[in-house]
Amino acid sequence: MNDIPLAGTAPKAELKWVGTRGPRPDGLDKVTGRARYGADFRLPGMLVGRVLRSPHAHARIRGIDISKAAALPGVKAIVTRDDFRDMPSEFVPAGEMMVNYRDIVRNVMAREKALYEGHPVAAVAATSASIAREALSLIKVDYEVLPHVIDAAEAMRADAPLLDETMITAGVDPAPTKPSNVAKRMEFSTGDLKAGFAQADFVIERSFATKPVHQGYLEPHACLASVNEAGQAELWCTTQGHFVVRTHCAKLLDMEMSQIRVIATEIGGGFGGKTVVYLEPLALALSSKSKRPVKMVMTREEVFLSTGPTSGAHMKVKIGVRKDGKITAAEAELIYEAGAFQGSPVGPGCMCAFAPYEIENARVIGYDVISNRPKVAAYRAPGAPISEYAVECVIDELAQKLGLDPVEFRLKNGAKAGTRALYGPKFGPIGLVATLEAAKNHPHYSAPLGPNQGRGVASGFWFNIGGESCASLHINEDGSVTLMIGTPDIGGSRASMALMAAETLGIDVAHVRTLIADTDSIGYTFLTGGSRATFATGMATVDAAKAAIRQLCARAAKIWEISEDAVVWEDGHAKPAGQNAATFPPMSLAELAGKAGKTGGPISGHAEINAQGAGPSFGTHIVDVEVDKETGRVDIKRYTVIQDAGKAVHPGYVEGQFQGGAAQGVGWALNEEYVYGADGKLQNAGFLDYRMPVTSDLPMIDTVIVEIPNPAHPFGVRGVGETPIVPPMAAIANAISRAIGTRLCELPMSPPKVLKAMQAHKANGG
Amino acid sequence: MRYEAPETIDAAVALLGSVGRARPLAGGTDLLVQLRAGIVEPDLIVDLKKLPGLRTIAKEKGGFRIGAAVTGAELREHPDLRKVWPGVVEAANLIGSTQIQGRASLGGNLCNASPAADSVPALIAAGATVTIIGPGGQRELAVEAVASGPGKTILAKGEFVTSIFLPARPPRSADAYLRFIPRTEMDIAVVGCGVSLTLDQSGTCTAARVALGAVAERALLVAEAGAALIGSKLDAAAFEKLIAAARKACRPIDDKRGTKVFRIDIAGVLAQRTATIAAERARGQK
Amino acid sequence: MSKRHVSAVVNGDPVEFLCTPEQTLLDVLRDDLDLTGSKECCSSGDCGACSVILDGRLVCSCLVLSAEAEGKRIETIEGMAKGEELHPLQRRFLEHAALQCGICTPGILIAAKALLEREPDPSETEVRFWLAGNLCRCTGYDKIVRAVLDTAAEMRRS
Repeated sequence: MNDIPLAGTAPKAELKWVGTRGPRPDGLDKVTGRARYGADFRLPGMLVGRVLRSPHAHARIRGIDISKAAALPGVKAIVTRDDFRDMPSEFVPAGEMMVNYRDIVRNVMAREKALYEGHPVAAVAATSASIAREALSLIKVDYEVLPHVIDAAEAMRADAPLLDETMITAGVDPAPTKPSNVAKRMEFSTGDLKAGFAQADFVIERSFATKPVHQGYLEPHACLASVNEAGQAELWCTTQGHFVVRTHCAKLLDMEMSQIRVIATEIGGGFGGKTVVYLEPLALALSSKSKRPVKMVMTREEVFLSTGPTSGAHMKVKIGVRKDGKITAAEAELIYEAGAFQGSPVGPGCMCAFAPYEIENARVIGYDVISNRPKVAAYRAPGAPISEYAVECVIDELAQKLGLDPVEFRLKNGAKAGTRALYGPKFGPIGLVATLEAAKNHPHYSAPLGPNQGRGVASGFWFNIGGESCASLHINEDGSVTLMIGTPDIGGSRASMALMAAETLGIDVAHVRTLIADTDSIGYTFLTGGSRATFATGMATVDAAKAAIRQLCARAAKIWEISEDAVVWEDGHAKPAGQNAATFPPMSLAELAGKAGKTGGPISGHAEINAQGAGPSFGTHIVDVEVDKETGRVDIKRYTVIQDAGKAVHPGYVEGQFQGGAAQGVGWALNEEYVYGADGKLQNAGFLDYRMPVTSDLPMIDTVIVEIPNPAHPFGVRGVGETPIVPPMAAIANAISRAIGTRLCELPMSPPKVLKAMQAHKANGG
Repeated sequence: MRYEAPETIDAAVALLGSVGRARPLAGGTDLLVQLRAGIVEPDLIVDLKKLPGLRTIAKEKGGFRIGAAVTGAELREHPDLRKVWPGVVEAANLIGSTQIQGRASLGGNLCNASPAADSVPALIAAGATVTIIGPGGQRELAVEAVASGPGKTILAKGEFVTSIFLPARPPRSADAYLRFIPRTEMDIAVVGCGVSLTLDQSGTCTAARVALGAVAERALLVAEAGAALIGSKLDAAAFEKLIAAARKACRPIDDKRGTKVFRIDIAGVLAQRTATIAAERARGQK
Repeated sequence: MSKRHVSAVVNGDPVEFLCTPEQTLLDVLRDDLDLTGSKECCSSGDCGACSVILDGRLVCSCLVLSAEAEGKRIETIEGMAKGEELHPLQRRFLEHAALQCGICTPGILIAAKALLEREPDPSETEVRFWLAGNLCRCTGYDKIVRAVLDTAAEMRRS
């Protein structure tokens, strides 16, 4: 990886729109119920599509008999594994993860085996939901039930049931001769680990475990597909990246991309989970067979059973420090569950684990392990919250051991501009130290604590990414502006884009309307993920606006009959570049737009970019908890998020990202988990028992936006959406440990576990 | 499936007895979930909400007769009920969200027969009785006799609960209900505990009933726990006995919501906390 | 399977529809009456996205059979604004950035409206417990609670 640039164009000092808190363009439709999400679309002649799913965690599929279902009146199409061609093993990037089409085609529709409860086995399109349901019951699947394995540690054992008999662990030299459930081993290292630990006065080594947690977006996956006799398809779906949906569907269904138009509906939350395809290829296949539109909507149970949570993990972390508080060496071993197919986020987990610190001697080893669970999908900073949770707990324990304030200890070792990260690059300007200083000075950090309360802090890091984005900006005849982008708006990005366009053009943001264009209306744009939308599509937007400005200036030059480079753009107006150029009165954007027809035709600006220089975002969280000593229940009493945003384009939505990430982290820390029975079946596939935080579980979440500009972005933007979920688990674990005097090394820290830890501590004389 | 909303008790009895798989509907907050999940597949749903008396709270013999389909929100809004039976109202109000409160009923909570039903331990502690009607006529039963196991009741074919009766209270009586859940709302009780007690003028406990939820196949009346309080001044020694009796009565299972060990432990904690609240309320009545 | 005829009043307008016994009020609102502002996110009463006001009571429309709507008054998100004028809650939600993805927003607005009609001066705790049945995964609830409290203050002033 390239180093992150240290310098670039300095952001403009005076900003009129960027940094303001105006209303969002899509807001009105969202508060009136008018906004249309994935399940809100319908077409004439529409069929209902439903999926038959495996009831078994692991079973060979000996045969599928669809004859009775196909004969049921009202059934118009059925698809099974026979309707999808097999794919070779090939890795391509998808969001922040790599995907393999051999695996995707099997995840979309089971082939040789059903690999988890909920794995699709067949799909039906029928004239009504009840007929579709009846048809599913008429499909006879001949399963040979196989022994299953759920937990990664068990899946790594030599005698564990094998999910894929051809899987040879990658990244091990020499390659193993026997197949296993370990897909890959990876290692990142620097310096001399042995020498580093030899210099340490104290070494702490701890083992940690976390459970899979789901993104928990409220809107279930949904799509509506319509394929005509010529094979031309339209697909409405709720997704973080409709271009990525098109890529996957074209590949899986052997269609030309030009034949599939994907329209991103409003999206009811994604958090990484809507970066892959589940229903979309099935709906297209069913529509292609029936030649009728097919709508498919998952139930909440299906969402939990068959869409990706993030990994559960087993980890070991060992860190050595000198008495003066300097970290001398650090080591981690990370085992991440990938679910039924390889590709857990253990890679980024390894890369992020020690990223907040300057450590000369370090090594992280990661294992990607498959087991009979749904394939994991990206979840907000995929991989990072898991490994950084473990590391930040050990950092806290070391601070206690050294008698140092945990913020001071982090300041002594914190990464700064010039620090070389374990994963390769040297950091440019970064905000970790600024967030730590802000934490230290925040009134929360010195507020008194009540009985049974504890305060914890933790820091977090996420890379953020750039990548391909397009923007088309049209200057309408009346001077209003239509901006089209290709990143679905998941949390207010249309507002941010409008602000950046208005700022660049020098016009009132009220005149800019941002639309999410479909795949036929704009160039390839990578998905909304990796905290890239405001950064990368924002860069494209600014570039498109600048391209439009060049044209506007050229039109003014034409009217004034002066040379184009004698015209400048200032404050929404074309002006002669000083007295020497000419002395015409400035022409506004609206005036130039009105004359466009006579000066050369419509005015638009385009940008098609591969954005480079994404700036990492660091955050530090402070949390106060109160523990019920008799029941182990943990209450979050106070919470503060401090994070570097580079530049907050719309501070309200930046704060919203901070608060939302913290709230999800509270769920991950305290109660959320996938609970499996001995039969390999998920026991809590619903919001009743998958316990996400509710309103009454949380206090207000205070925020501090630190702004250390990213030199690569015209306004200094860093992505902000993912980092907020990195620190909470450790911050809460550290707070609990300080409240009860003993440490839990397992998530979630649910009441029975906290109570047990307290009882054990008491029994040991604590 | 068919839906009927009869307006007379006789019509309801006839309908419920008429087909093989008929289900009464009150608030529907359990039934609709079960329908959606395919757990129940009735041929007929009989909506009880239009029946006389099913939606009213009436004073009777110094106590209250509560229609089986009265909602949690209606219980909370009743001007007197909460003063006399705060524990019962609290328990009913813990069932689900505000939205659920707009629909969920005491009769439904009881007849759904979940061992973790919040209102049931409170009703048992209160010494509530239910009126059941069916093809064989009307009968009265103690609340604790209705559920026989998870999802099972002693109701015969065609029978349904029409009302729940909360008796008159002697002076210095009060009740309370607490449950343990991991979140602050929206969870099913891991343990629930209802306590109702009466003090004499000296503050000695003269009557006490303690009931536990989610620690057995149905909500339990724990006579020994009540006995631990009777005759005492509700002091530390009595509470020690109460905690021990509550824990001893538990025969829970390990499931996704809690372990045996945890449930037994918490049952003791809740028994003490609930009894403390009930005692404070009773003492406050002077 | 014969369909049942139901007459009700939705957002002040008389409506008639035919429904099957299994259909929920939410199904009918979304599929038959084209009122897709009420969202289906769990079908089990655990998320509140389908919240409507039924004869003055806040309920989950996924837990009401459509046949039960006979003769009832139903208020949905589509009826919250009066003509061009947004309900103060809708306005405050926009001003406070109290929504991100927006899928929970209709249910939360309806629930908050029901609260303010009963309790014009709720405490933060009351707001939080009243809205506990409305899941939001994006916002951490902070800006939602602030928007409700601010609206309550505004409505008390006017």
